[in-house]
Amino acid sequence: MTDATFIPADRPFVRAAMLAPEPPPAAVAGFSGWARANLFSGPFNTLLTLVCAAGAAYVAWVLVDFMALRAVWTGANREACVAPGTGACWPFITARFGQLLYGFYPADQHWRPAAVFFVAVALIAPLLIPSAPHKKLNALLFFVAFPIFAFVMLRGGLFGLRPVETRAWGGLLVTLVVATTGIVASLPLGVLLALGRRSKLPLIRFLSIAFIEFWRGVPLITVLFFATYMLPLFLPSGWTIDGLLRALVGVALFSAAYMAEVVRGGLQAIPKGQYEGAQALGLRYWPMMLLIVLPQALKLVIPGIVNTFIGLFKDTTLVAIVSIFDFLGIIRAGFADPNWATPVTVYTGFAFAGVVYFIFCYGMSRYSRFVEERLDTGHKR
Amino acid sequence: MAESVVDAEDLAKADQVRISNETAVEIIGMSKWYGEFNVLKDINLRVRRGERIVICGPSGSGKSTMIRCINRLEEFQKGQIIVEGTELTNDLKKIDEIRRDVGMCFQHFNLFPHLTILENCTLAPIWVRKMPKKDAEELAMHYLKRVRIPDQAKKYPGQLSGGQQQRVAIARALCMKPKIMLFDEPTSALDPEMVKEVLDTMVGLANDGMTMLCVTHEMGFARQVANRVIFMDAGQIVEMNEPNAFFANPQHERTKLFLSQILH
Ligand SMILES: Nc1ncnc2c1ncn2[C@@H]1O[C@H](COP(=O)(O)OP(=O)(O)O)[C@@H](O)[C@H]1O
Ligand SMILES: [Mg+2]
Repeated sequence: MTDATFIPADRPFVRAAMLAPEPPPAAVAGFSGWARANLFSGPFNTLLTLVCAAGAAYVAWVLVDFMALRAVWTGANREACVAPGTGACWPFITARFGQLLYGFYPADQHWRPAAVFFVAVALIAPLLIPSAPHKKLNALLFFVAFPIFAFVMLRGGLFGLRPVETRAWGGLLVTLVVATTGIVASLPLGVLLALGRRSKLPLIRFLSIAFIEFWRGVPLITVLFFATYMLPLFLPSGWTIDGLLRALVGVALFSAAYMAEVVRGGLQAIPKGQYEGAQALGLRYWPMMLLIVLPQALKLVIPGIVNTFIGLFKDTTLVAIVSIFDFLGIIRAGFADPNWATPVTVYTGFAFAGVVYFIFCYGMSRYSRFVEERLDTGHKR
Repeated sequence: MAESVVDAEDLAKADQVRISNETAVEIIGMSKWYGEFNVLKDINLRVRRGERIVICGPSGSGKSTMIRCINRLEEFQKGQIIVEGTELTNDLKKIDEIRRDVGMCFQHFNLFPHLTILENCTLAPIWVRKMPKKDAEELAMHYLKRVRIPDQAKKYPGQLSGGQQQRVAIARALCMKPKIMLFDEPTSALDPEMVKEVLDTMVGLANDGMTMLCVTHEMGFARQVANRVIFMDAGQIVEMNEPNAFFANPQHERTKLFLSQILH
């Protein structure tokens, strides 16, 4: 370091040379600097750090101990897992794996949902990776062609595919079908409802408010019960609507109402100047909304949107109460199997369910962070 | 573009050729209310093509409201506004038509922060004028060169200084090839060292014969560029004159008071 410039208090001062920027002092850089500043600054914080670390280590130990160290990995039936002190009984999961994925979908037809699953991954992955090319074609394939493909493949009845009733669908297949349709349908619906709620036209505003408040006002369980057991009473005799479809529509509309309020929060945060800037350039309502207002509003509420998605993903478990066996439902159905009745079966099942749901939900959460950082365009004021 | 400052005399000479007798904007007996509050009272103003008008007046006197009525960012309740021969009504088609002819720059720039500088400039040509993307980009680069920031085209507004942002806003408006430009205090949100670069850009525009209505308190700019200066107070046009006479010899008491306050 050069010697410090002496600035006299009693005489005029003119700087002789401008200073060049220097790297930060060692203490604040690197991991040790970070740890000292954030974890061990003072006795209280040090104590807090140690207590939390001990707590985290204990929980991690319990999980690893149950799920790995004491776990049983192979076996043909309950005999493998009845010894006292056994941990997770993984053969219970592996033996029923096909059912966990596909429910009661006929075993010789499992290739169909498997194909749908692989096509879905092949279409979603490049859609989520910003640098992947042909986004428009990709989106068109996923949002238009894929649903038709998936429907025909899963449902069958066309092209010589054996029809499989939706009642036979189950497991992760149903969870993903309900969650994906819910997610894909609720965002655009929610956006429309949010715009409607802020519309200048009283009728549109009234209808949007009524819709949002109705769906937010009733529990999802009520919606599902109503759709399953009461709707048929109102329909003309001979009319039936597929049970899974009813649940799908219920879940989608329900989340759309929540989504609408999240999006409205974002719309309210957009300054009036953005509207005026767009109008002064001659943009009409829809281009202004689609190109200027919504991109900014949605970006602001990504955490809220993903929050709703995650809530929706977990709420899909509620379809179990209208006799649809989603992923959690099919695991629980397995508990009743006398072949696998052991003291640890229930814990194993729920541990596995927890891990799978966590992977999906945490994945969404991480991806939303990634998107937020990517869309950040410089300094906020 | 102009090498910054242009001689006021040059402008005055050029004006005799340039200002036609054709009307660009005509405001006839226009009044506006916010609820019970009468913001604008019987505004009458005719702006000829190529004319440059500076509007000043105390805060809250209705300057912004008046020029925002011209491109229908605000509605008015009484009177008429005719822009380039089209009368403003509730007809959306006419509003679109007029907004295509009238560009506007705001105090706070109102750039779109999620779009790059280039995208800010090409947006309206592409979506309103239906111009092919390539042509729109060429046009945008042309105007970004004119405001002297072509090298910032790939950046986002948040990465630019205030003065640069306001120049982008001017370029963005120019990309729509407007016949009339409205400015609402374009320099009053800027740090002092950036005021000049924006004013220079506006002088360059004036020099090219653009019809301009500028709300500003930059009296140097008014002297140099304006054909007429308008003083507004309490929602009315209180005094209007050519700049030399306006500053040297204000007539109305309120004008005198206002000028004494801002000219120190
Ligand atoms: N949306 C509005 N609702 C009610 N009053 C308003 C609104 N906008 C402006 N005003 C009032 O109208 C008057 C004129 O405002 P404005 O045209 O912005 O003045 P200026 O630009 O001359 O400072 C002010 O008194 C202001 O408070
Ligand atoms: Mg104003």
